[in-house]
Amino acid sequence: MKRRVLPGLPLSLGITLVYAAIIIVLPLIALVFKAASLGPADYWRIVTSDRAVASYVVTVSCALAATLFNVVFGMALAWVLVRYRFPGRRIIDALVDLPFALPTAVAGISLTTLFAVNGWFGGPLSALGIKVAYTPLGIMIAMAFTSLPFVVRTVQPVLEELDPALEEAAQTLGGSDLSIFARVVLPLLTPALLAGVSLSFARSLGEFGAIIFIAGNQPFETEITALLAFIRLEEYDYPASAAIASVMLIAAFVMLAVTNIMQARALRYTVRN
Amino acid sequence: MTKLQSHRRPPRIGDAPVFRRTLLAVVLFFVAVIIVAPLAVIGVHAVSKGLPYFAAAIAEPDTRHAIMLTVLTALIAVPINTAFGIAAAWAITKHDFPGRRLLLILIEIPFSVSPIVAGVSYLFVYGLQGLFGPALEAADLKIMFALPGIVLASMFVTAPFVARELIPLMQAQGRDLEEAATSLGASGWRTFLTVTLPNIKWALLYGVVLCNSRVMGEFGAVSVVSGNIRGQTNTLPLHIELLYHDYDAVGAFAAASILATLAIITLVVKVVLERQGAGRRNRPASLAGNDSLSEVKP
Amino acid sequence: MKISLDNVVKTFDTFRAVHGVSLEIESGELVALLGPSGSGKTTILRMVAGLEYADGGQIYFGDEDATDIPVRDRGVGFVFQHYALFPHMTVAENIAFGMKVSKVKRSGEAIRERVRELLDLVQLSGLGERFPGQISGGQRQRVALARALAVDPRVLLLDEPFGALDANVRRDLRRWLRKIHDDLGITTLFVTHDQEEALDLADRVVILDKGRIVQQGTPEDVCRSPHDAFVMRFLGDANALPATVRNGKAYVQDVEFDAAGLADGSAEVLFRPADVAWREDGQGVPAQIVRVLDRPDSRRVLAKTTGGQSIEFDTAPEFPHRKGEAGFIDIRRPRVYASGRS
Repeated sequence: MKRRVLPGLPLSLGITLVYAAIIIVLPLIALVFKAASLGPADYWRIVTSDRAVASYVVTVSCALAATLFNVVFGMALAWVLVRYRFPGRRIIDALVDLPFALPTAVAGISLTTLFAVNGWFGGPLSALGIKVAYTPLGIMIAMAFTSLPFVVRTVQPVLEELDPALEEAAQTLGGSDLSIFARVVLPLLTPALLAGVSLSFARSLGEFGAIIFIAGNQPFETEITALLAFIRLEEYDYPASAAIASVMLIAAFVMLAVTNIMQARALRYTVRN
Repeated sequence: MTKLQSHRRPPRIGDAPVFRRTLLAVVLFFVAVIIVAPLAVIGVHAVSKGLPYFAAAIAEPDTRHAIMLTVLTALIAVPINTAFGIAAAWAITKHDFPGRRLLLILIEIPFSVSPIVAGVSYLFVYGLQGLFGPALEAADLKIMFALPGIVLASMFVTAPFVARELIPLMQAQGRDLEEAATSLGASGWRTFLTVTLPNIKWALLYGVVLCNSRVMGEFGAVSVVSGNIRGQTNTLPLHIELLYHDYDAVGAFAAASILATLAIITLVVKVVLERQGAGRRNRPASLAGNDSLSEVKP
Repeated sequence: MKISLDNVVKTFDTFRAVHGVSLEIESGELVALLGPSGSGKTTILRMVAGLEYADGGQIYFGDEDATDIPVRDRGVGFVFQHYALFPHMTVAENIAFGMKVSKVKRSGEAIRERVRELLDLVQLSGLGERFPGQISGGQRQRVALARALAVDPRVLLLDEPFGALDANVRRDLRRWLRKIHDDLGITTLFVTHDQEEALDLADRVVILDKGRIVQQGTPEDVCRSPHDAFVMRFLGDANALPATVRNGKAYVQDVEFDAAGLADGSAEVLFRPADVAWREDGQGVPAQIVRVLDRPDSRRVLAKTTGGQSIEFDTAPEFPHRKGEAGFIDIRRPRVYASGRS
């Protein structure tokens, strides 16, 4: 028997397809088109130029460092929010989303001000010989800030729904806190953690607004790939800008695939019998 | 004989007092440094030269114009994206058609694409070097470095926001109610307005609030397409950059404080709406934290 | 290992789950804690395990006061209601977990050998490499038992061990658990709300209601002499007729029952459906047949006394009477309890 069909498919699907085509697909095709118009040799020369490669190294290494920080801090934050009760917990829980709500340019100037040599944190840190603003460390902090919620918000619900009986079972079998965490809790959180990590890393690769203020933007040292694409545009070198942007687009699609695989894995143990 | 005590539980892992206090202290320290301090520094610097100066900075004509432009952009982009989100959610969750999964992935793409890439892409559609550039030039239509470009770039960046709140919810709600309503003779619009909408209103509002927050705060994509013309195509985030680079820190932070206030309002509304059952935190763990729309089972 | 509970109390916030329970479980005994939900049986089991702390009273393992020993040092094997198998570990890894995290170090080979033994014991040889998600409910139950036994516990505790299983699987596993218990001789305490399970499996049944022990004894004790109407009802189908006690006799519509020791006043006469004979002559409580239900090995008759009370009783399949006929119910093993508690 055929299912009853609800009305409105032609209209709603029509709107969706037209909108998606104009707003999402068309620009990306235009980008690919522009990059492709370069020809393989020129394209390859641009995307493997020393300055471009240096920007990949800066972006990827800072994104890795920021993600690593977020794994540790994000998981600790999720743990504290789920497992402990303390005054102000709900406020902190709400504040976790601040990096998503705060415009990146605002985050950029306030992080720069904090970590500049005369800032609240930059002053004491420079006294210790640590320079943050206008160094890769600054880029890392901006990336860590903007992508922090991903790890917290993927780990938190899994931790909340973790069957307490699993932990109790491990306790009755004589496990210490550390061995239960390492052998039972962490493996069960790992799929969610990896999903959060891939989201966090992808976001860090593409971040622009929060970084450019704090980065210093010195070619070969603190220039991220997104900024290089922007600079080529301001130099009216449109093909180069398109080529570099296309590299970022490819990286985004790779991360999208990785994220989807990770999230499929994250569902693996949540299926109840 | 029986001694009465308050209810006490055996410790779960990580409940040892020393560990608990240490972890809590470390986490709170980093929350203060990474989340609270950036917020606090905005307020402190905005009023560092006194409230009158702050008020004057905000009342400065270019800043006022930037505020107006940002609000205008949101007024156009948010309703259009909302309509798109509703249409997409209705098509995907209430109907079966080939390619649903592909459509879900497509809608999600802006989420993964760097705003800079988005801005550059738009330039290659409507800019002088772009696909339609020459034709637009001939017709004397200006899209790049003008309001339409800003609106389009904002719509790209926020296209998934409403849809991603509605789709999992409407998927979970199924089609029974709508089928019952139409079998009783209600029209499609009536069914949507009287049956579907009341069940999704909080999630819809949630998506709209997040969408608005992102539109008003978007920087990367807009900075490529706006042309940064002071007093003309500068949105508030772009204006903040301009003031900051002009060494007008107080002006920049005064303008930033407006957006920071918007962020705090967004967070408060978010908490309120989550209490009403909206948001991914109210979904089971298997769906929560799952920003990927394509996980919705076809 | 003998376990003793001395006046154990447990309160959750404002709800008192366990009221001063005292209980002794002899070494090697298999004891069932039986009661409806909310009777405190699981709380008692969890206190014995150390998964809850008693708010008052003491728990002894042998002569040792175990009340404040943390769960990980208590040496109990606990089988959880939904098994709580670690989903990311294979069956063999689940069973080996306790040995791996133990303070007593064992070689990898010794652990593998012990896992093999336990898999044999629970008849799951060959399934060691499967994940819990890949085996049946009954198999999971046996893995949970093997995992609990792997640490050589002093006591075995099982929370509704068969609750999540089909009726057929249940019966088999019950007999099998009894056999394992007899072979190993380990002191065992289990919780159930299913009276058939408790009577079938346990040496001794402890019946709980509202956080108190109502009756404890062998299955024979509790079946043949239930202390009160609650126990009588909880152990199986029971009919109840309101009665009045005068001078050691209880009267139901002028039919007299022995009620020695009961004070004058209102009471109830309880009896099992099998303990009724239908008579056409004038012996027993007058009643009329309302319906006759056929079952494979019997007939169940629904009747109404002339006093308006509904009762049910079982008869042979050849029972000749039909709906609407009047007669008398002759109660063979009546139990008279004063009205009041449940």
